[in-house]
Amino acid sequence: MRIKRLFGIGFLPVFLVLCIFLFLQSDFCPAQEVGEVDILEESSTPPPAAPTDVKAVDTPNDNGHSITVTWTLSVDDGAGLGNVVSYEVLRSDAPDGEFEVRGLAPAGEESFEDKGAKEKGDANYLPAGVDFYYKVRAKGDGLFSDSEVSAPAHAYGQWYHTGKTPVVVAVLAFSTFALVFITLARKGKKLYIRPLAGIEAVDEAIGRATEMGKPILYILGLGSADMIATIASFTILSRVAKKVADYQTQILIPCNDPINMAVAQETVRAAYLEAGRPDQYKEENIYYLTSMQFAYVAGVNGIMLREKPATNFYLGKFYAESLLLAETGSLAGSIQISGTDEIAQIPFFVAATDYTLIGEELYAASAYLGKEPILLGTLKGQDWGKAVVMIALILGALAATFNFQFFLNLFRIQL
Amino acid sequence: MSGEVVGVWIGAILTLGIFSFLYKDNPFYKFSEALFVGVSAGYWFVVTFWQYFLPKLIDNLALAYTVLAVEGRIDYHWVYILGGGLGILMLLRLFPSVGWLSRWSLAFIVGTTAGLQFTRYLESNGIIQVKGTILPLIVGGDLNTTIGNIVIVVGTFCGLIYFFFSKEHRGAFGGAARIGVWFLMITFGALFGYTVMSRMSLLIGRMDYLFSNWLHLIG
Repeated sequence: MRIKRLFGIGFLPVFLVLCIFLFLQSDFCPAQEVGEVDILEESSTPPPAAPTDVKAVDTPNDNGHSITVTWTLSVDDGAGLGNVVSYEVLRSDAPDGEFEVRGLAPAGEESFEDKGAKEKGDANYLPAGVDFYYKVRAKGDGLFSDSEVSAPAHAYGQWYHTGKTPVVVAVLAFSTFALVFITLARKGKKLYIRPLAGIEAVDEAIGRATEMGKPILYILGLGSADMIATIASFTILSRVAKKVADYQTQILIPCNDPINMAVAQETVRAAYLEAGRPDQYKEENIYYLTSMQFAYVAGVNGIMLREKPATNFYLGKFYAESLLLAETGSLAGSIQISGTDEIAQIPFFVAATDYTLIGEELYAASAYLGKEPILLGTLKGQDWGKAVVMIALILGALAATFNFQFFLNLFRIQL
Repeated sequence: MSGEVVGVWIGAILTLGIFSFLYKDNPFYKFSEALFVGVSAGYWFVVTFWQYFLPKLIDNLALAYTVLAVEGRIDYHWVYILGGGLGILMLLRLFPSVGWLSRWSLAFIVGTTAGLQFTRYLESNGIIQVKGTILPLIVGGDLNTTIGNIVIVVGTFCGLIYFFFSKEHRGAFGGAARIGVWFLMITFGALFGYTVMSRMSLLIGRMDYLFSNWLHLIG
């Protein structure tokens, strides 16, 4: 009886405590449950395992201020605990020195490039030839684990960029073709160049200017002297100037660039000398106007309407001013020969001028006019290069159709 | 009257002066043209001095001198003295007796940049373009891509034939060149239409300046 009573009296508080405990553990009290579970889970979750096999090597094909770090993924990255969120790459100049964070890589990534600046004063300067030590930290859920420190590595620049080997092959091929044909041309072999309509009209255009007693206007374009189209224009100018000297016609060359003006003056002076008329060369006809695009066009348009040249040459690099020049020249009644490699401007020249040299025809024109062995041989070499490209295109298209990757990889260039 | 208002009026009057060219050459246009050419030439001189000459030559040489004076070592910035020397040679064109020395500077500019452009253009305009044109002629299950790839490959091939200067355009070769010309002209037509739109936007900009900024006729 006493036991029953004791049990009955003692059983109730125990039962109540037990109920409360079970209630707190159950799904009916989610808020308290999450907090308690979180606290319990946070305290029991281990940090992600550290990555292994950390290696640091000089980054290939660079300027010598970059080191690439690689590692084997943590076992908890996508497997195991699955709690790796990112990897932190740390660097020090001593194996037991202070490590600084160099960057982050996401989970699943097995490499990181530590790129530094090459200027000594830059905060991110990474000196070449200095040993650095790296370690990789696996991070997740506010916890982390560090790998072993890597062996020392130092950055150094490469003399040769292996990723650009296709460019080297192409340079050697084109150069070989050009040299072979230049040699053949110098030995007197006749090299055939098909006629170009725009170039065949040059003589006629210069003759027209001579008959009318009006000057020739030669526009070198808005490119600088280092542009290919401008260099091609200088070569054509040399031929045109020689004819102009022969015919004793005046040539006006307003220039957009001071360097272009200097080169044009030398070119025309040499042409007059070659023609045996150095005394007729007038340097004041070749002058600098302005470097601003539309101010230059305004000036040239004024020249066209006042001087009324019989022939206008637009040969070089042109931009939005192309139609402005061509239309004004047409208004002035000039015969116009144009040529540019600027694709967006060719349609305007085709529409508004009498003869247009399209793209590479501008480069070929200089060889066609002068018939010099170097220029003819170079043009022939380019043609052979084009033939190689055409064959490569056909073979490449067939290889791509049948998925022959080997051929496609020959053209892979690392930028 | 604020400076901004004066500036807008001057800009509007000079704009109309340039537009008067559409009628015919006249003193108003001549004045606007001369002012435009002269001011732009002077502006470019100032820009060249402050943005090129000063930072690229003077500042770099000053830095090299400072390193030599403070640290006692020769810094690589001394190399800019070569550029300065070539620039002085160019200025010698003003003196006829020694003007021929400027040809060294010109030769350096033209020769060096042509050599540097060789590899750059061969990579960007040659190899990368060839790689981009190597496309499968048949793409299973995708007729649009198949037709597009065939058009690209055939158009590029025939365009290259057109620019082949060593053989006359006759027979089959001439036929392929003719196809190349068609491709070129269709492309130029599309570019013409596209570029005209950008020219229209330049005109709209000027009209907006006149009617909005100057006359306040539009919002």
